[in-house]
Parts: sequence; C-alpha cells; structure tokens
Amino acid sequence: MMEIEILRSGFDFLGIYGFFDGFMPDNLDWLVFLITSVILAMVIINALVISTALLTWFERRMLGRFQSRLGPNRWGPFGLLQPIADLVKLLTKEDTIPEGADKPVFTLAPIVFLVPALIVFAVIPLHGSSFLGRLNIGLIFVIAITSVNTLAIFMAGWSSLNKYAMFGAMRAVAMLVSYEIPMGISVVGVAIAAQTLGLSNVVLAQDIPFILVMPLGFLVFITAASAEMSRTPFDLIESDSELGAGYHTEYSGAKFALLQLTEFMAPVIVAALVTTLFLSGWRGYGPIPGPVWFIIKTFVVLFGFVWIRASWPRLRVDQIMSLAWKGLLPLSIVNLFVIAVEVFIFNPGEAGLSTRDLLIMTGINWSITIIALIVIFNVMGQSKLKRPEPVALPLANMYANTTVSKKATDLAEAD
Amino acid sequence: MSIPITGEHAASKINQNVPGSVVNFSATDVWVKVDKLIDIFSCLKNDSELDMQFLNSITAVDYIEYFELVYHLRSLRQNTTLIVKTKCFGREDITIPSISGVWRGAELQEREIWDLMGINFSGHPNMKRILLWEGFPGHPLRKDFIR
Amino acid sequence: MSINTQPVTINLGPQHPSTHGVFRLRVTFDGEQVIDVEPVFGYLHRGTEKLAEERNYVQIVTLTDRLDYVAAMTNNLAYVRAVESLAGISVPDRGMYLRVISAELQRIASHLIATGFLLDELGAFHTPLIYCFRERERILELFEMLCGARITVSYMRPGGVFQDAPIDFWPRLDDFLSSMPGYLDELEGLITENEVVLARTRDMGILSAQDAIDASITGPVLRATGVQWDLRKAEPHEVYDRLDFDVPIGSVGDTYDRYYVRVQEMRQSLRIVQQCVEQIEPGPVRSETPYFIRPDAVDTYVGTESPKGELGFYIVSDGGISPYRMHIRAPSFINLTTLRDLLVGWKMADLIVIFGSIDIVVGEVDR
Repeated sequence: MMEIEILRSGFDFLGIYGFFDGFMPDNLDWLVFLITSVILAMVIINALVISTALLTWFERRMLGRFQSRLGPNRWGPFGLLQPIADLVKLLTKEDTIPEGADKPVFTLAPIVFLVPALIVFAVIPLHGSSFLGRLNIGLIFVIAITSVNTLAIFMAGWSSLNKYAMFGAMRAVAMLVSYEIPMGISVVGVAIAAQTLGLSNVVLAQDIPFILVMPLGFLVFITAASAEMSRTPFDLIESDSELGAGYHTEYSGAKFALLQLTEFMAPVIVAALVTTLFLSGWRGYGPIPGPVWFIIKTFVVLFGFVWIRASWPRLRVDQIMSLAWKGLLPLSIVNLFVIAVEVFIFNPGEAGLSTRDLLIMTGINWSITIIALIVIFNVMGQSKLKRPEPVALPLANMYANTTVSKKATDLAEAD
Repeated sequence: MSIPITGEHAASKINQNVPGSVVNFSATDVWVKVDKLIDIFSCLKNDSELDMQFLNSITAVDYIEYFELVYHLRSLRQNTTLIVKTKCFGREDITIPSISGVWRGAELQEREIWDLMGINFSGHPNMKRILLWEGFPGHPLRKDFIR
Repeated sequence: MSINTQPVTINLGPQHPSTHGVFRLRVTFDGEQVIDVEPVFGYLHRGTEKLAEERNYVQIVTLTDRLDYVAAMTNNLAYVRAVESLAGISVPDRGMYLRVISAELQRIASHLIATGFLLDELGAFHTPLIYCFRERERILELFEMLCGARITVSYMRPGGVFQDAPIDFWPRLDDFLSSMPGYLDELEGLITENEVVLARTRDMGILSAQDAIDASITGPVLRATGVQWDLRKAEPHEVYDRLDFDVPIGSVGDTYDRYYVRVQEMRQSLRIVQQCVEQIEPGPVRSETPYFIRPDAVDTYVGTESPKGELGFYIVSDGGISPYRMHIRAPSFINLTTLRDLLVGWKMADLIVIFGSIDIVVGEVDR
C-alpha cells in the first residue's frame, strides 16, 4: 500500500516527506527527513545500478551486432543475466593491491569515482516533480559534481605505482579539465534560453526541444560529454591498444568492479542529461507516460554512443586537446553569443521564451550551425589535404630484363 | 627475370677499383679478401654500371675449417643480382669489418650472425646478441655446438 | 618557472596488446614523446635454421608454416622454390596455378590481418578487425578444402602441391571472388576517408625511399615509399608472367600509404586469382619427386614476394638428404632495421600505429 501511495504522491522528495510526516509526531521531523532520504537514495542507486547493468548487456549485444557476431547470449533470455555473471566473477576474484601502492588512496579511488556519479542522478527529473529535480541550481550542481571524477582517476593512476596507469591518469587530467570548459559553456546556453538553472524548469521551457533550437550547443555538449566519460573517439585514458587498461591497470576484484560500474554508469548519466537538456526530458506525445518517454530518449542517445564506439578510431592526445581548444571552445562561444543576443532581443521576462520565439531562434541557429561547422571542418579537417599522386621513383625498375613489358600493364590501367 | 652477374665480370670490376682483393670467382660467385670488405662494397654500391644499391641478405655458413660469409646484392634499377662471398679462418675470436656503414640493412643481420654463428663485426654500432640472451653459452648455428 | 621532469622508460611488451605477439620495445618517453626506442628480439626464437639441418627437405615444409604464421602458403612457396632451384625439380602447370591461387589468397588474408590490427591499434573498437577476420575466415575455409588445415597448411611440396583441389573448391572460390570486391569497398568506406584515420595516419612515420632501399626494406613498406619493386614482376616465378596485374605504390611513405598499398594489393590479388581460375587446365599437380631429395653439393638463394616483403631461402647442400645450412631472409625482421628512426619523436599513440603499419609477425622476426 505504501508504495502505491508514494507513487501517487508524485514520487518526489516532498511527496514522500509529506506521506511520512502525516503519521509521525512533529518532534520527529529529523527522522522523517532521514527515512525519506534513505528511501530516495535506495531508489536512485538501485535504478542507476540496474540500468547500468542493462547498459553493459545492451552495449555488448549492440557491439556484437555491429561486428557481425552474437554478443553475450548464453545466460538468461538473450543473455540478459550476463551482467550478474560478470558481477559474481568480479566479486569472487582476489582483490590485490600492488606492493608499492599508496594503499589508502588506492582503496579510496573507486569510491571517489563512484559516489559523484550516483549523486548527479539525484537531480535528474524523471518526470515533472521527481526527486531533487527542482533544485534551483541543478545545472551548476551537475557540472560541479561531474568534475570530481578527474580527481578519482588521478588518484587511481597515481597510487597504483604503475607507469601505464600513470600515463592514463596524466592524460585524464589534461583531457577532462579541457573538455569541462566547452561543456560548461554549452550548458550556459541552455540555461540562458530556459531562463533557469533548475533541470525540471529546463524541461518545462522546451516547448521545442533544444536540440532543434541550438544544434551547435547540442553537438558541442555531446562531444565534450563523450570526452568527459572517455569514450571513443576520446578513450585515450584507458586506450587499450597503447596502455593496456590505463588508470585501472592494477585494479582487480571488487575495486575493479566499482570502477567498471562507474565507467558504464557515465553514459547512462550523460544520456539522461542530454535528454533533459536537449531532448525535452519527460515531455512527449500521446498516452505514453513521461518516465517512459524519458527512458526511450535516453536509450536512443545511448544507442548513438554505442554506434560511435563501434565505428570510430581514437584520436591522439594532442589532437584531442587541439579539438577542445581550437574546435569546441570557439563553437561553444559562438553558440553562447548567438543565444544570448537572441534572448536579449526577445526579452521574454518572467514568462520565458514563447514557442514563436523558439521557432525563430531555430531558424537562425540552424543556419549559423551549418556555417560554423563548414568553417571548422575547413580549418581542422583532414580531407582537404591533398597528397601527391603516386609516381614510380627512378630508384627501381622491376621491368628491366623481364619478358613482361611495362606497356601491357599500362594498357590495363587505362581500361 | 633478374639476371645474375657473372663472377668473372664482377671480379674484374672489383679488381679495377680495389686491386688485389679478389681471391677467386666462379660462374655466379666472387670470393674476396676479408680485410677489404668495406672498400669493395662501397665500390659495388656506388659503381654506376653494377649499381648494387640493395643489400638483400647476409648470412654465414660454417664449413668447419672456415666460415664463409655470403652477401646477396641486388640492383633495383637494372634488375640484376650478385653474390659476394668471403672466407674467414679460425674458430675463436673471429672479427671482420662490419658493412653496416655501407648499408644500414646489415645492422640487424650482422647482429644475428654474431649471435648464432659467433662472428664478430668491428665497427658495428650495436654489437650485441639479438635472438638469444646475453650470457648464452656458445653460438648455436656452429656445427660444433652441443646443447 | 620551469618544471623539473625526467624521462620514463617503459617496457612495451613482451606481453602487450599491440606488439603483434611477444615482441618487446624498451621505450623512453619524455612525457608522451618518444625519445628512444630499443627493440628486444628473441622471445619466440625456436631455432628454425638449426632444426632444418636435422630434417629432410620435405619435412622442412612444416617448419616454414611456423615462420610467418599468418601467411603459411607464401612461406611454403618460398621454401619449395628454393628446393626446386637447388635440386632442379620442375613443376607441372596445374601445380603452379594452384600455388599462385593459394599464395595470392594467403596474401589477401595476411593483408586483411595487417589492416584489421592497424585499425584496432588506432582504437576502432574491433569492428574493422572483425570485418577483416570474417573474410579471412572464408579464405581459411578454402585452405581447409585444399589441404585440411587452416593456418599451418603445409600444402606445397618440392615439385608441386601435395594434392589437387577438390571439385567443390572451385564454386566456393568463385563465390569468394565475386563477393570480395564489394566487401573491400565496404571496408574502405569505413576507413579510407575516415577523418580520424586520416588525422592519425597521414604524414606519420614517413620513411623515405632512399632510406628504405638503404635499410634493405622490402614489400608493402618499400612500395609505400614510391619504389615500384615487386619480385612477382622482377622475377616472374611460377605463372606470374602469364598474368596481368599492377603493382600499387604510395607517394609519401607514411602510415596511410602503407595501409592503402595493402588494400590495393588485395584488389590486385583478386585479379590474379580470377585470371588463374580462368587459365587453369586439368593435369598433374606434382611432378614425380622422391621423398628423399639429394641435391648436388651446391648452394642457392631464391627470394619470393611474401605479403611482408622478400622472403628468401638460402640453402647450402652437401649432397645429403637434409640441408647443410639453411638461412631465412625474413622480411619482417629486416623491415625493423629503421624502426628506431621511424618512432623517435612521435607520441606514444603514434608509436603503436607506426609499428603496427610495418606489419611484422614475431614468428618470422625471431624464427
């Protein structure tokens, strides 16, 4: 009965708080607060961990299909129970700590890595009034909390006393710090257009999804976010062909499980953020309820991530940095500037931008996006670089003294 | 087809440039003196007629009484090949001049010969064992090598 | 303000995902920059040359399978050609065509592996690699029909090949030949114009033509520098003089050229196999050759164009049933001569890619 009541009451902090407050004496407010918090934490953590487990299965299945193989398909229907098998395997492995490792830091790193990922999800609005979605500094909260993972990766790499891990950690610091800037600036564009920092209100402001209103901001955000969670083509933190495993080279057992969990949790969180910021969150059409819309959109974004991972090679460390500073940063500033000017002209006041304003912005921003992308591709692109035609050098003549005349092959080339 | 240069032709050419260095020649091979290897190969490489720009392979054969080093050269422009051989006598402390200054391609192959056959090359930039580890007893491709 | 830094030395290998087997590079880094490289050989040294001195000429065929273990057919071909030249054995026409067909299929398989692993090292999460392996699998199935083995084929013998192809081999081969060009287009669509691939491979690890010749480098690595040199044209052995094919070359000599030359060579190999299928006629596949071959006491060197370069066998006979000395000119080994010059100055990620683009197989490097 209690669960149904909670669901009906809006499934958010105030709803659950109000439910318990109803039959508790007034002097036990702190207990009510505690119970509510624990329940919410349980819900968030479990939802996130289970969806991460599902994502590992989904990603491996999809990669399998992309690579014309099957993927995990043995345990459970379609291999759905594979994450559990993986978990049991990882937890039963010996948990080793290298001899020269900095033990406290080494142990702490997976926790420092995991906790921010869990906290971020608290403010993501699954539907209109859920959880802490109405936190009025939601966007700043998200940006602030996600930057902690730089510290965790560096802790893991530094304390392992392993050169590969150290390389991964150093790359992580350079890359993650750089990409936070374009990511932050593109988020500011969203905040200006929505006239709010609360994530719920951002969704409410999206009468037209912001992916249409500010495609440039969306591109910058999704690129920077893939770098933030170090996925292809920015996965140089743990680039398996160079560093073996990068910062978690020395980890095993439960600690490794925590690191992997967080790593797979990152796409879920980023996809949820993209859904909230650019795909109009829980809003949808027809009888399908909001949370379902939210999950559908999240999975579409996740599919995009898997698709990119399956088909793109990795960039080199200096190319990644130059993309951040020479490519994404100017693009994000252009985006911010355009949005700011437009909002200044429309001057919406308290009510926020009207649908008509958003439509006009869509038209202007698409043309600006196309121009900006053409400029960037021409400045940074590789295809324009012309290469000389291959000409056989006079250093060798393999047709000398042979019965095969060069003419025959020349004729064949002309065909 | 690649045409092998006759030993006679090569011998006369070598004798022109480095007098007194040819020991013997046959239809296909030329035997030269060990101590003038670098001069001979420089001349073969830079000679415009023979034009042996390409060192194909170096190897050594243990004939018990002596070691024979075999150099396979090739001219990429004229599509010709030439085999130059040299004999070095003795079993211990054999040292012959390295030709890695003439062709870089000799570097790894000379190290391999030192490793497996025990012929030392003087003037080589990095004369170390290559396939086996430092401290391996003996040189396994010698006919008197016993495991 | 200056920061006091010190170089870091890392052992890449012998156990490392990108060293193509048990190869070890002792690399010194200044930050991400490579400042010194020392290749360490010998982790897979099995003494093939010594083993060959104790076996007769037919038994050695099985040793050659294990040199470049992703291109066993061309190893077989190079070895049996040396023995035939040594003992003056002739090969019937059908045997030669079968040899060319299997060698060219093997060249495609080997280049598929080189391309796939190069992309894997670029960080494309296994997708191109598995695409390449999918097609290689079909070649290996064809080999299985020819000789019952997939990797260590031992298909060729002095005097020909050891058995004729089964009847149902030819439709399968036709099937492969008709679908492979489309597959290559698909692979190229994924790679050749890919922005990241271009950024990672163009003008990286440039080898000049003069350096390549000076360092005895052969094969696609040499051809990528613009030197048109292919032993199949220069010394047309088997039936290559009856076949029409081009020798693709590169223009700059960088990683991209080495990749692209291999892709084009695969297309040329398909052309060769197609022509062989049209020209082949019934007949014996092996000349009457005794099991114990006793050549005269002479020596011979024969080089053959293997997928990695010129694979040469120098065999000295003393008139007995086994060679007195057999030397293998291994292209993978000699192509590593300039490795240090190619790698120094590049970043760690480039090191892996440039090293991968040379395409070595440790079985052949260490022998």
